Amino acid sequence: MSERTGNSGKWPSRPTRVQLLVTCLVDSIAPRVGFAVVEVLERLGLEVEVPAGQTCCGQPAFNSGGWDEARAMARHLIDVFGDRPDVPVVVPSGSCGDMVIHQAPALLENDPQYADRARALAARTFEFTQFLVDVLGVTDVGAVSEGKIAYHPACHGLRGLGAATQPLALLGAVRNVETCPLPEAETCCGFGGLFAVKLSDVSASLLQRKLANVEASGADTLVATDISCLMHMEGGLRRRGSTIRVRHLAEVLADRLTPAGQQTAPDAAATEERS
Amino acid sequence: MSAAPATFYRRVEAALGNPTLQAAVRLSTGRMVANRQAAMAAFPEAESVRDRARAIRAHTIAHLDRYLRQFEANVVARGGRVHWAATAADAVRLVTEIAREHGVRTAVKSKSMVSEEIDLNAALAQAGVEVLESDLGEFIVQLANDHPSHIVMPIIHKSRAEIARLFRDRLQATDEDVSDVPQMTRLARRVLRAGFLHADMGISGGNFGVAATGSLCITTNEGNGRLTTTLPRVHVALMGIERLVPTFDDLAVMLQVLGRSATGQKLTVYTNIISGPRRHGQGPGAGGQGPGGESDGPEHFHVVLVDNGRSSLLGGELAEILYCIRCGACLNACPVYQQLGGHAYGSVYPGPVGAVLTPALRGLYEWHDLPQASSLCGACREICPVRIDIPRMLLELRSETTRIGYTPWWVSLGLSTLATLATRPRLFRRAQALASWATRRLATDGWIRRMPGHLARWTDARDFPAFAPQTFQQQWEARRK
Repeated sequence: MSERTGNSGKWPSRPTRVQLLVTCLVDSIAPRVGFAVVEVLERLGLEVEVPAGQTCCGQPAFNSGGWDEARAMARHLIDVFGDRPDVPVVVPSGSCGDMVIHQAPALLENDPQYADRARALAARTFEFTQFLVDVLGVTDVGAVSEGKIAYHPACHGLRGLGAATQPLALLGAVRNVETCPLPEAETCCGFGGLFAVKLSDVSASLLQRKLANVEASGADTLVATDISCLMHMEGGLRRRGSTIRVRHLAEVLADRLTPAGQQTAPDAAATEERS
Repeated sequence: MSAAPATFYRRVEAALGNPTLQAAVRLSTGRMVANRQAAMAAFPEAESVRDRARAIRAHTIAHLDRYLRQFEANVVARGGRVHWAATAADAVRLVTEIAREHGVRTAVKSKSMVSEEIDLNAALAQAGVEVLESDLGEFIVQLANDHPSHIVMPIIHKSRAEIARLFRDRLQATDEDVSDVPQMTRLARRVLRAGFLHADMGISGGNFGVAATGSLCITTNEGNGRLTTTLPRVHVALMGIERLVPTFDDLAVMLQVLGRSATGQKLTVYTNIISGPRRHGQGPGAGGQGPGGESDGPEHFHVVLVDNGRSSLLGGELAEILYCIRCGACLNACPVYQQLGGHAYGSVYPGPVGAVLTPALRGLYEWHDLPQASSLCGACREICPVRIDIPRMLLELRSETTRIGYTPWWVSLGLSTLATLATRPRLFRRAQALASWATRRLATDGWIRRMPGHLARWTDARDFPAFAPQTFQQQWEARRK
């Protein structure tokens, strides 16, 4: 028994095609992150499929004790991604990754129709940064970004999947950015899914602690690999009147400078505007 | 197990509104986590020893019946007595009877979480036995008529100034007595020394029982455990039935992780191993100190093995919590504990381990709030010396909470709605469109300052993002065309 890990590096040869599990939050709230992931993967020569009909992996229900609901959603996810043993699934979220890799197989272990399929999907699912570093063997994706970046290692990626070094290696290879050490980096930001609503005061108190550390780091940009924690922290920063920018690591990795020196974001992000 | 859980949220509010408490807890837990990290980093075999410690605990719990019988037989063979307490009431009754049998009027006690669990002091007081807590922290808790708020550091919630005030009020301390921590400790020691010398009975907990020899291991940093268990003529040890290890070799493994995890010490300062009452030698000699005799130790040695719900966990999804060796590391590492301290939990065992153990032993009907008191960040699992998967069990308990109908209606409704939508992609997409429309109407500059209904709790502290006008999948499909 050791610390929990994701599916680091377990792939026979360099894949040419991946399925993207975009996650419901990226789909609904931050499509730009999905396109950033696609941009990075395509830049590395991969063909990206987005299986139609994907919704939510079921983690909110699972974490709140609604296991029947979580099972239904996990079965739907398995059906949507189909039986494609030769195609890895990439997910830009540690918590959804943990759900698919660890929790869904356990939830469905007594389901005669889905137990094997849940294990098969789990075995081919990779958190985004682990896929890049461990499967593709890439740390430098050719990104040129800007700013002073503090990295928050979101808990489920860090402790659920063991994605400790991969995000830092990727960030370290990005040109033109300065990384700012974040005090108490590995302390939870207080999001915790419905925890943020059920025990909102405790969640808020952890949030303030995290944001004070982010501000103390001197960074102008906060980066993590989970949009759920990021929307909680961004919402908190806005409420504090902070100007610190909040980004998913995939967005930083998708940044490139044109020869003229002008930064361009992935094209689709430009079409996405709130309000 | 102590306070009424109905007031959980009120206690949380009180803790969050007490910056002195938060500062004190943050300081001590932070220091302990740092000490533990340093100790583990300086211990090259740390990870493999943790694996071994886990294996020992798993094996012991899987064969607990066998080891309990072996432990009992060996305690008895060494002249001790073993008492079985199925419930807290049984345990209290047994200790009271032992006190009565030996004509005990006063007792000293070293730290025992089981004694807190069964609320022993109150029962002994009622039976006319005066109990003096001899662990410095517990002594202060007793003076203040308070409860411990941490398994290892019972007064983590108190500041030095508060304790100085308490010593003035209750011990008539002078300015000099409370001028610094060593002085305050000296004052406490003067009070305690008298207690040790006059007590008829010593009450202790037990960190481990060694089945192969019937020995009891007690670790303290103050030496009070040694005095408690050797000076009075009667020694009663209270121990949960799960606290056994098979052999001395196994004990050695456990001790290597206990001190490091609890305080960052390689070994706790006083590690006492007690095997039976004082042995009297053969032939002449005062106090039976002839050949083979011992010059100190109690005349009577009793072990009270407390079940109090533990055996009901064996073989089930929550049996792993019985691996716990009460080092307190999960409390120190838990961000929720760090913000709240221990009293907010309302249970004798606070923090992550308490959030599993209390509902597991006492039932979810009363204690269903505790498994919610976690963001599931996994810091407890990461720091646990025996790698107990506490988040897994918190999730089990949350599932059970739903099964017995104690999940709030708005959470249940939300989840069943989510499941209905998420298994019907077209419906899901329409719901996303509706949410996008609604949130964008509520938002200014892409963010909402006040959400309706239960989501207002989110916007009490943070803005909520508006949904994108078009989902990723919609944009993706458009791009493919």
